[in-house]
Amino acid sequence: MEYLLMIYSDPAGYDKLSPSQQAEGLAAYGAYHEALKKAGVLKNSNRLRPASAATTVRLQSGKTQVLDGPYAETREQLGGYFLIDVPDLDAALSWAARCPGAAHGIVEVRPVWAM
Amino acid sequence: MTSPSDAAAGAAEAAARRSYSKLIAFLAARTRDVAGAEDALSEALAVALTEWPLHGVPHTPDAWLLTVARRKLIDAVRRRRLDEAASEHLLWLAELQADDDSEPAWPDRRLGLLFACAHPGIARELHAPLMLQVVLGFDATTIASAFLVAPATMAQRLVRAKTKIRQAGIGFEVPQGDALRERLGTVLDAIYAAYAEGWSDPEGVDARRRNLADEAIWLGRLVASLLPDEGEALGLLSLMLHTHARRDARRDAAGDYVPLSEQDPARWDAPLVDDAEALLHRANRCAAAPGRYQLEAAVQSAHAMRRRTGAIDWPAIERLYDALCELTGSPVAALNRAVALAETRGAAAALAALDALAHDARLADYQPHWAARAELLARSGALDAAQQAYAQAIGLEREPAVRRYLQQRAAHWRQRAAAVSSTAR
Repeated sequence: MEYLLMIYSDPAGYDKLSPSQQAEGLAAYGAYHEALKKAGVLKNSNRLRPASAATTVRLQSGKTQVLDGPYAETREQLGGYFLIDVPDLDAALSWAARCPGAAHGIVEVRPVWAM
Repeated sequence: MTSPSDAAAGAAEAAARRSYSKLIAFLAARTRDVAGAEDALSEALAVALTEWPLHGVPHTPDAWLLTVARRKLIDAVRRRRLDEAASEHLLWLAELQADDDSEPAWPDRRLGLLFACAHPGIARELHAPLMLQVVLGFDATTIASAFLVAPATMAQRLVRAKTKIRQAGIGFEVPQGDALRERLGTVLDAIYAAYAEGWSDPEGVDARRRNLADEAIWLGRLVASLLPDEGEALGLLSLMLHTHARRDARRDAAGDYVPLSEQDPARWDAPLVDDAEALLHRANRCAAAPGRYQLEAAVQSAHAMRRRTGAIDWPAIERLYDALCELTGSPVAALNRAVALAETRGAAAALAALDALAHDARLADYQPHWAARAELLARSGALDAAQQAYAQAIGLEREPAVRRYLQQRAAHWRQRAAAVSSTAR
């Protein structure tokens, strides 16, 4: 079954780190990415640009509205995701717990609706 | 000033805490209805909270709770006709009511309850969660976090396991003779699993989880006190106390991870180490051949010797892991044996032992396997391969402090490699 691991965290936390801590953090993500690949469970993964780079679009009363910024102005923002294919939720949770995002933010685990 | 209701609430909570497992064990032993016993006891506690402030706390709160809970249990059995045959139902009622005139000193059925929770008819991975809930009263959400399972799933699994105990008629009897030794192993495994989950929260971030290690030790003490001649029960308790004695030494002042061999023995909890040593000594005098927990406790004892001698007795540790490998065939024991080999015979011998394990699927996602491989590869000069193994270990680790430690080790060897190649040029 496919699960989307979504990493929510406060972008200000990353900005406060020293350059060497930032490099260490990114390297941890790199190692996690490799471990997922080696285990043969990784389908796709991306880091997102900061939420300040987001633009939202919706149709309201027949008119398209385009707004700067993310959908929800919360402190924690979606920063990236891993799409994995594992046998069950237990396995997905054990990978989520290893995600560096679980330490500096929150990892939301959502099963993908199979089409 | 505390109000009468506060005092009553405190008394009820204290009685529940002190006697929870005893009450549940006694209530469930006859009917085998663990969920029913839990419901009845929580109803009795609710009654206590309304009645004690009005009429005062009874002289024997436990006996009071037991009487009320039993009445609730009888009511519940009377109400339930759905999934039980009528004759069985009547039998239960008769049994429950026959107990009515029993004296306040009711028999301790907790050991039986532990054996029921770790019965072979219940899925192995549920033994520890079931014990935590039934014997210690942990809620499903806390247990779910500890075992990395979704809370709703854990709640469902626990309900199913309790139904199984009731419907399959899993007994609360303590087995005798050879059967005891065989079944005791699964009870001890479950206690150790609970301990390990509590232990894997070294930063103490989750107060409830740290509690889990303490509670597992409490269970270990309970079993060791009820079965004082079982070497494995003593061995498990010794093992848990040894590791628990080091809980604070695992992090330095900055919160960084400190591996066992680099810990400052002065930071170990000395009285706890002494307790652990005394228990192991008692275990070694038991009749049966040493089992898994006694051997593992002996390994920890060899590490603990460092506080007196200043050195780790690696040859002894290697022999103990030899025995563990033979006894259990566990790949983790084989991995630890390889790590000991690195100290007694060098990195090459250790790597050869690790290569023999390389295709064991059970180690593929096991962080310590990759960390050990990385360190040994680096020490024997295979620096590129070491970096790959470090990356794998870092990617598999859950604990940020351990992840940082592994990253620092990898960086250390990268710098060494850079220094080597610059002098070569």
